[in-house]
Amino acid sequence: MPELLTVEGVYKTYRKGGMFSRERQQILRDISFEYKEGECLGIIGESGSGKSTLGRLLLGIEKPDRGTILLQGESVEKRGGRRGRISAVFQDYTSSINPYFTVEQAILEPLTLQPDGMEAKRDKVGRLLRQVGLDSSFRSKYPHELSGGQIQRVCIARAVATESPCILLDEAISSLDGSVQMQVLELLKELKDSFRLGYLFITHDIQSAAYLCDRVLILRSGQIEEIVDIKELKNVQSPYAQKLLRMMIT
Amino acid sequence: MRRFHYFLKDKLAALSLAIISITVIAGIFAPWIAPNDPEEVHMELRFASASWEYLLGNDHLGRCILSRLIYGIRPSVLWVLVALVASVGIGAVIGFIAGYFKGRIDAFLMRICDVMLSFPGYVMTLAIIGILGVGLENILLAFVLMKWAWFARIIRTSVMAYAESDYVKFSKVLGMGSLRIMRKHILPVSLPDIAVTSSSAYSSMVLQLSGFSFLGLGIQAPHAEWGMMLNEAREVMFSRPEMMLAPGITTILFVTAVNFFTDSLQVALDPKLGISGKKRQGRPDSVAGRIQRNEVA
Repeated sequence: MPELLTVEGVYKTYRKGGMFSRERQQILRDISFEYKEGECLGIIGESGSGKSTLGRLLLGIEKPDRGTILLQGESVEKRGGRRGRISAVFQDYTSSINPYFTVEQAILEPLTLQPDGMEAKRDKVGRLLRQVGLDSSFRSKYPHELSGGQIQRVCIARAVATESPCILLDEAISSLDGSVQMQVLELLKELKDSFRLGYLFITHDIQSAAYLCDRVLILRSGQIEEIVDIKELKNVQSPYAQKLLRMMIT
Repeated sequence: MRRFHYFLKDKLAALSLAIISITVIAGIFAPWIAPNDPEEVHMELRFASASWEYLLGNDHLGRCILSRLIYGIRPSVLWVLVALVASVGIGAVIGFIAGYFKGRIDAFLMRICDVMLSFPGYVMTLAIIGILGVGLENILLAFVLMKWAWFARIIRTSVMAYAESDYVKFSKVLGMGSLRIMRKHILPVSLPDIAVTSSSAYSSMVLQLSGFSFLGLGIQAPHAEWGMMLNEAREVMFSRPEMMLAPGITTILFVTAVNFFTDSLQVALDPKLGISGKKRQGRPDSVAGRIQRNEVA
């Protein structure tokens, strides 16, 4: 499998305090890893470990202070470079769809960059909705009329619509409740097989990561603690990862 | 326009909207609507009471009060509206740039706004009139110069909140351009905020202009303006107090209508009112519908 994402020596700091403050807070330190097409990589860490910042850098929304992030050999910061190559589902379902957009308009948004005609696009919206387990009656609904789980399904459909090989899920299921989490996880697994998608699954929940991922990257205060295959998860090396694992499982 | 029918449901809002639109239309088509020439002097008709030819009577020079009121809409309402649009326009451009791009541009633009806002508005307007001379256009210019910073501030705050939202992030991930994101996502959601703040500023600007004209700093005789009509009536306040009624009541009515309109605009532009076709029909029987109509305790 070819490498889709290459992250090399990434550092990120944020300014602390006001605009004249010199003090900077180190968020990410020397992050390097590779992500292969079609794999599912979990990024695990406690809150404040920098995993969401890493997510924003991988999506090209923010720039790293140092280091490079290449998406199929092109810098992810270039708008054209990431078009159709990476996509995302975010945590907060209350703000993930424009309140003035209907479900159909929301899913059409990534499709506007594709050359198909309007009819073909509408068909595609219907197909995508079916695939995420929603029927066509949802097309004309507004986000405030949907439940959290339904909105996340729409967001997943919207992310799949970009036809990009990799979808970054930033705590995408964390704000849903237990049974709905499981349903969405199953949906993600199904989609992964049928579209041959790869996921970058950012979460604090090892169990859901273990369910979905092939590899996990454990992040601790801005540094990579360990990258481990999910089958080897039981024999992690670093003491922090062992502690994290014990805490999650018991 | 899809939300227009929410205005019609709310009686007060519909009434305010009617008053505002009738005023604006009357102002635009003043030469056709006004029954008489507003500047035609009839000394024999001084302080005449209402008649069929002069529906609201005549003023101290025997001019038709109704015609003067209708012509007075132009400076009092329409030109203020132009000044409002200009200052909101400048404020919106600066607010969007500052709120969307953040960082240094934001800091720079906001410091300029801080400087502008540190001058007291009324005094600065008076100073500008003092420098440029008395006249409607100078007051309007002063309005634009003094108000844009305030609008920029408010619009920036609203844009900043929306620029953080996940749907904007998603569009960025898709590789959409900043202009397109602003147009498709941020402008529609911040439009209610802009509309509400600008319409509430509008009523105070109408009052301010009338106030300046009352002081004799605004439009010059013989042209008509509501504040100036009040000033002319002031001179005969004790002998003919009824002369104050026409311009006074008109100003109060219009400003009140704008204020009520602002209130209902806020409600009508709420995105949560956008309900897809199917549910709207079922709504009157739903619990939410009943609670709204106060049928449920």
